[in-house]
Amino acid sequence: MTQLALVIDLNVCVGCHACVTNCKQWNTSGAAGALTDFNPYEAEPNGTFFNRVQTFEVGTFPNTETVHFPKSCLHCEDPPCVPVCPTGASYKRKSDGIVLVDYDKCIGCKYCSWACPYGVREFDEQRRVMTKCTLCVDRIYDEKLPEAERKPSCVLACPPGARLFGDVHDPESVVSIAIRERAGYALMPEHATQPANHYLPRRKTGFTIRDDELYRADNPHKIDGAPFDRDLPPTNEELN
Amino acid sequence: MRPAFSVLFLTTLIGAGQGLFLALFMCELLAPASVSSNFLAGGSAIILVLCSLGLIASFFHLGHPERAWRSAMMWRTSWLSREVIALPAFIAVDFAYGLAHWTGFGHTLLIGTVGVVMAVVLFICTAMIYAAIKVLKEWSHPLTLVNFTLLGITSGMTLAAAYAGFFAPDLTVPLSQAAFVLTVLALLMRGASLWRNARLTPASTLQSAIGIRHPRIVQKAQGAMGGSYNTREYFHGKSIKFVRGVIVVMILGVFVLPLVLVLTLPLLAFVLQYIGLLAERWYFFAEAKHPQNLYYQGNS
Repeated sequence: MTQLALVIDLNVCVGCHACVTNCKQWNTSGAAGALTDFNPYEAEPNGTFFNRVQTFEVGTFPNTETVHFPKSCLHCEDPPCVPVCPTGASYKRKSDGIVLVDYDKCIGCKYCSWACPYGVREFDEQRRVMTKCTLCVDRIYDEKLPEAERKPSCVLACPPGARLFGDVHDPESVVSIAIRERAGYALMPEHATQPANHYLPRRKTGFTIRDDELYRADNPHKIDGAPFDRDLPPTNEELN
Repeated sequence: MRPAFSVLFLTTLIGAGQGLFLALFMCELLAPASVSSNFLAGGSAIILVLCSLGLIASFFHLGHPERAWRSAMMWRTSWLSREVIALPAFIAVDFAYGLAHWTGFGHTLLIGTVGVVMAVVLFICTAMIYAAIKVLKEWSHPLTLVNFTLLGITSGMTLAAAYAGFFAPDLTVPLSQAAFVLTVLALLMRGASLWRNARLTPASTLQSAIGIRHPRIVQKAQGAMGGSYNTREYFHGKSIKFVRGVIVVMILGVFVLPLVLVLTLPLLAFVLQYIGLLAERWYFFAEAKHPQNLYYQGNS
């Protein structure tokens, strides 16, 4: 069984919001109608987005790290939003695991958005229906597009390549390998929703230097009977 | 959570209607000599009005009310869908019950029994809409079920006492006493849920929400400048002072004043109790802290 998902590398995300704007551009131009925008150029812009990038500061100054955190529907394997829908407008596709809303059936009761712990569904104030990330279902299967472009808009837009797309049930897919080898994790595991989307943690880049690499252990001045003493001045050989 | 006003009216109006039905049926069952058919038919009409107003109010909650019929589709999984079926069914049985009394058709005890079952089913459906949402710990508890049912029956009983005061004076005293006892019981159970909810520890933390194990994480940007659905739907947006005021209205309106008044002025007691119940339902929403709020703690 296929379960398409995104894997987002928090170590790579620079918080540029390119995924946000490309998502908005693609999804506002589709057959399902425009994503609402109120006051787009005023002081209080407001509208529907399927994807947002948030920013968090971790730690206490000066030991802080800025973490940019892209947030969209996680396409849970056990989505709490689906069984609560009274009309069946909210559903999870058996073929590829994408959680979708049928905008023609949705009555706009917002009950699904109450059931989702992540707050990734947004009620569209103009269309009066619940909307959410579709994993760009209207482009990933489009055979008119070159194969390399059959990916969600956010993935194509990401300049540093922080977003991976693939089938998390296929152990050899790029996303499964990333989750496996780079400690991919799910959000709020306590709610047992089994999110398909995963996040890759921040990593420190560095390497270890041992003492004997700084003070040559094989220096004949230090190993011939004399005990190793790091306070000895460096030999000419070491300085050269 | 942001209180949804149509839902406040829906749940309080139909709750009072269901409670009144149970009260009327008890009257017919236990004191058939004291109730006339017209009294019960009139009561059924009041229930019909209350529940219809509730049903109308519920439409204001929807983005697409013209598609409301679709909401009966998923009764296998959704409690909301079950309520959508149970509410008109209860109204229909109540209508039949009133008609049977009014026309002298008979079989009222049979129809009434069906109505009692439907009233209880409707209480369960309404409460389970909230109790079934596992991510809201304040709601996801049997006390939600107990309180929706008990508060509905209590307000219905107070209304029954007020109604009997005009048209069946023999029953005013026992109905008022029943309303008094139920109000005390409701106070205990709602108190229990208030006590429980004030002591809940959230299942999720900011650490589990973004998956970073560090005790100090501060949000710097929410991803939207002018707010979003997330900042509107899940926060009540009122000051602590306002919320405390609502709690006072709830405690005085639902419990204290009706307890003082129900034995002497049951109609005033019902009006105050209904206003109190609106405050109670408002606070029911406001006290539920949604885990998604963890993602919206910054100001920008």
